[in-house]
Amino acid sequence: MSNHLSGPVEDVTGQSGYPAGHPPRMGFFTDTSVCIGCKACEVACKEWNLVPESGMDLLGSSYDNTGALGADTWRHVAFVEQVRPRESAPVDLGMPAVGRPGGQEAADADRDVTWLMASDVCKHCTHAACLDVCPTGSLFRTEFGTVVVQEDICNGCGYCVPACPYGVIDIRAGDGRAWKCTLCYDRLRGGLEPACAKACPTDSIQFGPWDELRGRAQQRVDHLRASGVPRARLYGADPDDGVGGDGAFFLLLDEPEVYGLPPDPVVTTRDLPAMWRAAGVAAATAAAVMVAAFLGGRR
Amino acid sequence: MVPEAKFGSYYGRPVLKPPTWKTPDVPVYMFLGGMAGAAASMGVLAELTGRPALARVGRFAAAGGAAGGTVFLIHDLGRPARFLNMLRTFKPTSPLSVGSWILAGFGTLTGAAAATEVTGWLTGAGRLARYGAAVLGPAMMTYTAVLFADTAVPAWHEAHRQLPFTFAGSALGSGAGVGLIATPPSQAGPARVMAVAGTAMELVAERRMETRLGLAGEPYQRGRAGRLMRAGRALTAAGALAAAVSGRSRAVSVAAGLGLLAGSLVTRWGVFEAGRQSATDPRYTVVPQRERHAAR
Ligand code: SF4
Repeated sequence: MSNHLSGPVEDVTGQSGYPAGHPPRMGFFTDTSVCIGCKACEVACKEWNLVPESGMDLLGSSYDNTGALGADTWRHVAFVEQVRPRESAPVDLGMPAVGRPGGQEAADADRDVTWLMASDVCKHCTHAACLDVCPTGSLFRTEFGTVVVQEDICNGCGYCVPACPYGVIDIRAGDGRAWKCTLCYDRLRGGLEPACAKACPTDSIQFGPWDELRGRAQQRVDHLRASGVPRARLYGADPDDGVGGDGAFFLLLDEPEVYGLPPDPVVTTRDLPAMWRAAGVAAATAAAVMVAAFLGGRR
Repeated sequence: MVPEAKFGSYYGRPVLKPPTWKTPDVPVYMFLGGMAGAAASMGVLAELTGRPALARVGRFAAAGGAAGGTVFLIHDLGRPARFLNMLRTFKPTSPLSVGSWILAGFGTLTGAAAATEVTGWLTGAGRLARYGAAVLGPAMMTYTAVLFADTAVPAWHEAHRQLPFTFAGSALGSGAGVGLIATPPSQAGPARVMAVAGTAMELVAERRMETRLGLAGEPYQRGRAGRLMRAGRALTAAGALAAAVSGRSRAVSVAAGLGLLAGSLVTRWGVFEAGRQSATDPRYTVVPQRERHAAR
């Protein structure tokens, strides 16, 4: 497989130069249909990776006071409140009824307030723009097929920041270097699963070999669709998408943009040959203009 | 204008992270690099066609621009002390890596050329250095366009076919501008031609950016970016016009040169700002991607 800039890749780790016998590609499957919004992943990530606090703000966006992924937020739980037509009658679980807190009912009886919760993370793209554009080699592909920043190499040029099609990586204020999820590279090397997956009480965050996870995700989405959740869909699991598939992919219950995810991301370096071609033509034109100006121009 | 489209977003928050690059550092670095590239080529062509004053101006503007641009580039880094990490490796997939090597080569050659000229030592090597820099000049004029285009920023990425022409035209204008300011009009004829041709190239490319990119072309016409782009265009066009009619007048030549230099800087600033605007508003990310997705 020689899809170096875009397209599906059989063995992304091998393509990066690791010899045969390297570990399988590892990833996350985040099944948002069972996310309960507890934010244990956010906390576990910060604790394990010693990520600095990212401020205590009330953002006015449901229970989300984290906001977005960034240099100091490597897992982010999104909360989406929607009022939609009632799809099915609520099931009586035979639990003691306490009633819902006020203000969470829809105004009319045939509509429901629904909550979508989703834990977002770096996608560890097959074609990672952050890694492609990094001029120092600080961003690299690990033996697990994940994408990690070496903080002792990063010189803070910031190129990875606007290159990422998901808005994941960012420069840490006061530090000057780029930071993002490492998929707990240190834990993986020690044979442990990443902190967020370990802490997730509902197995919404599943960690494992990429191939296996994709099979599991397909089963889950088929099951949900068959049992009356037509809005269930996989996001980032398709190796034919614009980034060659994500190492960390998702099961979503609505359009990606509702969760703040781009609907059809493409790795920018896919078009790099076209960019250099255009630059070459422009440079040649400029050179021709100058030569003509001197040879043909009046004094 | 593209009609406002309805689109989904997460509390209206950006999907992308806007560039963390600083102003004025990055626009100035791009402006100086482009100017230096044009000046280096202009200087050698002047030397070969018997225009010693213009040749001298070109040499020193090239060395000064390269040195100044490098300072601004380093200052923009989050860890300036680690600048040399850029030169530990060569990565063809990173326009900043390729660009750093172009800049390092160009800066060394123009610096050496200027040094031999000032000291009078090793004049043969100085000439070779000048010629080398002149060959790298057109690369200096355009690589920064690839630097911007190779991002997820909609206004930059979608303009990847036009931006190199905008920047090349802008660089021709600014290189010519230095020639017009610092050379007697009798030797500045080719600079006047460069000014007019460069401006035409830039204006055509900018027009295409506004009309051919769909929604991604909109930031170039709106808000702060729109104002900067219009100001840049006005300054550049005025400069080129003045250059065309300057004839033997030194005063008009100087005014033309100043207009061209200011226009080039303001245009880079406008392009930078348009990218920032397009990354900050989720509409520019979501709407075109949604359309692309639906078309499949
Ligand atoms: S999601 Fe962004 S930061 Fe993560 S690997 Fe892909 S490009 Fe890099």
